[in-house]
Amino acid sequence: MMNIQDYQGVFVFIQQVDGKVAGVSHELLGKAGELARKLETEVTAVLVGSGVSGLCADLASYGADRIVLVDDPDLRLYSTKPYAYVLCSVIEKYKPAVVLYGATAIGRDLAPRVAARVRTGLTADCTKLDIADDGTKNLRMTRPAFGGNIMATIVCPEYRPQMATVRPGVMQKIKPVADAKAKVEKLDLAIPESEKDVQILDVVKKESHKMDIQDAKILVSGGRGMGRPENFKLLQGLADALGGTVSSSRAAVDAGWVEKDLQVGQTGKTVRPNLYIACGISGAIQHLAGMEESDVILAINKDETAPIFEVADYGVAGDALKIVPLFTEEVKKAIAARNK
Amino acid sequence: MNIVVCIKQVPDTNEVKLDPKTGRLIREGVPSIINPDDKAGLEAALRLKDSQGAHVAVVSMGPPQAETALREALAMGADEAVLVTDRAFGGADTWATAHTLAAALKTLPYDLIITGRQAIDGDTAQVGPQIAENLNIPNISYAEEIQVEGDSVTVKRQFEDRYHIVKAKMPCLITALSELNTPRYMTPQGIFDAYREKQIRTITRKDLDVKDGDIGLKGSPTRVVETFTKSPKAAGTMVTDLTPQEAAEYLLEKLKEKFIL
Repeated sequence: MMNIQDYQGVFVFIQQVDGKVAGVSHELLGKAGELARKLETEVTAVLVGSGVSGLCADLASYGADRIVLVDDPDLRLYSTKPYAYVLCSVIEKYKPAVVLYGATAIGRDLAPRVAARVRTGLTADCTKLDIADDGTKNLRMTRPAFGGNIMATIVCPEYRPQMATVRPGVMQKIKPVADAKAKVEKLDLAIPESEKDVQILDVVKKESHKMDIQDAKILVSGGRGMGRPENFKLLQGLADALGGTVSSSRAAVDAGWVEKDLQVGQTGKTVRPNLYIACGISGAIQHLAGMEESDVILAINKDETAPIFEVADYGVAGDALKIVPLFTEEVKKAIAARNK
Repeated sequence: MNIVVCIKQVPDTNEVKLDPKTGRLIREGVPSIINPDDKAGLEAALRLKDSQGAHVAVVSMGPPQAETALREALAMGADEAVLVTDRAFGGADTWATAHTLAAALKTLPYDLIITGRQAIDGDTAQVGPQIAENLNIPNISYAEEIQVEGDSVTVKRQFEDRYHIVKAKMPCLITALSELNTPRYMTPQGIFDAYREKQIRTITRKDLDVKDGDIGLKGSPTRVVETFTKSPKAAGTMVTDLTPQEAAEYLLEKLKEKFIL
């Protein structure tokens, strides 16, 4: 039987692709620091890849106290079983209390395989992580359920490590500390042949888009109320004037007006821009789940009773198709006046 | 080739509403559907059956009413349906669900197992990879295209910014994305056969080689300790009855107040 007291420390799986650390991993290091302080323990970054030791300084600056580095040519590209083998080996050796993963196409594939193998719980797509103050020090993991209609808080009381995936954009990274130091422990693992049963024949990059909506500081977002795909040009005009990016609700994606990677919401992306302008979006719960943490939310919608107004800081009941072009002109004038 | 597709019956979460007074979910009248990603997985299996011949079995774990989802799958063209149901399986989290489903799958012949990427009521995407781990076979998640040649399967595996084209020997488990295809409709003959000709086999606790401590609530490492509806943030201001020009000026004013412009 497992002795829970043997499991200590907060670990973060560092997702790197082509030698670049994913934003969500930096965010998780920030959150892990918070949890580690409450548990009076350390943050360990688990860095997996090939020729990636150069990333250690970056991970230290974002809050890693220690880095477990597994560097092997077999780990150059992500593949489920070799990576699962590494994580399971790290868990077996170091016995962490908590392991966090980004809820990405990699993390959501890797973490369940690891959880099944080490026989522990895994909570997907968490939006909040905290330590219980009831003496157990259990990790309280809160996530949306039922398409974002309700929230559930989940614990894993009898098994370790406690594992969670967290969506990109939900947690906040710390301001990097330039001269921060971390202990680096290199772990040599020969990946068994039995784990290498999926062959990667080719890597095809998708055409690069202008900007990932998760990185945008300003989002101009359109929904069904925009009426037609052509009307998204109005939103692009406003986004251009503000230096922002266009995003959308699921309705606009389902209607085929815009591409899926512009979708904000429970089944799309979670965003937290400085400014979110919702145009012709009624605000289904699953949409609100993806954008309500934005700093400032403006909403324009014909329907005064639309739920989007419940999360908007400033709402205008009116026709987005008429208001957006005029608003764009006002913005341009204001910027021109400022730059004089 | 034997293909097994795992499907889940789910409430259509798009149709779920909240009671504005109590903040509780209104579940009555919410239609039950085959989970969309699973249905795409079933369609992928049926296309492989159409193009190169295969026996397609569908398996669902759930309460007895999940039979409706299995009948629909039969009406779409599946050859065999298995319902994994027992009170002892109730309250299972993803670990225990995958463990139970894997034990049920061991009673069936399979070359290829297809699950949906994730169910719309849970959105975890965990059960597929966890079944594969329990069966000690490879899994390929997020499949956008599937091709079978001989004893190998080649999959276009989606990531955020790229695809991997990957190949594995069967047996193998694939998790399907809705983007994979548009599922076919049931045919009148299919519906007739599904209800008159085809049987649904039931697997219960006693049919499986599992430990009591590994199934149902007892076998689940995770516990839900609290559920709640999100408290709406403090209401902002809303203006009505402005002309479009006034509305544009109002919005600009707010951007200036917030120092965005």
